[in-house]
Amino acid sequence: MADATNPIKQFEIHPIAELMVGGLNLSFTNSSYFMVVSVILVSGLLSLAMSKRALVPGRAQSVAELMYEFVAGMIRSTAGDDGLKFFPFVFTLFAFILMGNMLGMMPYFPAPDFHGFTFTSHLIVTVGLAMTVMTIVIGYGIWKNGFKFLKLFVPSGVPAPLYLIVTPIEIISFLSRPVSLSVRLFANMLAGHILLKVFAGFIVMLGAAGAGWAVVGVLPLFMVVALTALELLVAFLQAYVFAVLTCIYLSDALHPGHH
Amino acid sequence: MLSQDAAIETDAYEGNAAFPPLDPEYFASQLFWLAISFIVLYFLLSRFILPRIGGAIEERRDRIADDLDAAAQMRDQADETVKAYEKSLAEARARAQSVAAGAKAEADAEIAEAVREADARLDAQQAESETRIRAARDKALKEVRKIAAGAAAEISGRLAGLDVAPADAEKAVDAVRKG
Repeated sequence: MADATNPIKQFEIHPIAELMVGGLNLSFTNSSYFMVVSVILVSGLLSLAMSKRALVPGRAQSVAELMYEFVAGMIRSTAGDDGLKFFPFVFTLFAFILMGNMLGMMPYFPAPDFHGFTFTSHLIVTVGLAMTVMTIVIGYGIWKNGFKFLKLFVPSGVPAPLYLIVTPIEIISFLSRPVSLSVRLFANMLAGHILLKVFAGFIVMLGAAGAGWAVVGVLPLFMVVALTALELLVAFLQAYVFAVLTCIYLSDALHPGHH
Repeated sequence: MLSQDAAIETDAYEGNAAFPPLDPEYFASQLFWLAISFIVLYFLLSRFILPRIGGAIEERRDRIADDLDAAAQMRDQADETVKAYEKSLAEARARAQSVAAGAKAEADAEIAEAVREADARLDAQQAESETRIRAARDKALKEVRKIAAGAAAEISGRLAGLDVAPADAEKAVDAVRKG
């Protein structure tokens, strides 16, 4: 009963295969399991969809192409055509996060313990992804623009005295990017899943409270159905937001002078 | 209800000291497997899958462009054919008109000829008839003179006992007719 209604239980990590390397715990866990499943599903489904590679696409191929064009359009509109060299990276990010979020929407999943798990609801995962993005932005920005990359903090067209204010603001905003990028995804997934579980828990508790209360249990049931729809939207939206922000940051690395 | 929630909360923290999503125990493991998964997915997508999707889209775009070109060419051809058809149609129509006009002129000429012939024939017949009538009248008039002369001679013979020669009687009749 406590486990069934505990909203935090779904975030617990259980090792499946212990692995210690140099004092670091690198065990294969249910989190790792869902990451691997995501990779298999994304690459497997896309390969399957493109297996025929028909001139007139079927449904699956249309979805794959739609996703391709969607991400390509996203990059083109935010970072320009030269941003397309990051297309595989942005697509991987988007597909991986989207699949992770969507897998998290499964209440039960063929996994150890049979309970669903959302690896994007763990801060360390989103921080890892955000730091990957920032590393690429800074690395590519310096490699391509050299010293001019610092122009990012000195936007053009600003009166000289204002640089005293603008530059610190730009630096702070740049430094807060990885934080907001990772926390946004993490917090959305965490809050959504807790909310779902809390309302689902109400149904169980009301059901156990007696016949009169069991009728009232229909209310949280409706709430859970509505929240599930909302969370599916959030799952897609957060993957999209992450990808779009990545594109915008990459655009800074590509052309730091103007933004 | 509240006490139950509180109980759940304490339950959650009894087994595991840290809030699981922030628990550092598995940070290394998660980063490690995240890196592996992400790199593998990146490799699979960028090497095999994305070029395949992009290729399919590109191929279709090329094919559509080719088909549009071909369609434009065919349309031009069709336009030309229509033009040629219209031209030949106009020619045929002009020829048909000239043939019809020719036929009409010929027919008119034939009709005029026939009318003329008929007129001539009728005129000839009329003239012939008139001469015949005139001849018959002259003949009849001569007969009348002779009869009148005969009658006059006979009358004068019976009444006056004169023997009048036929030639004199005729002269007398002529004189009376003229007088």
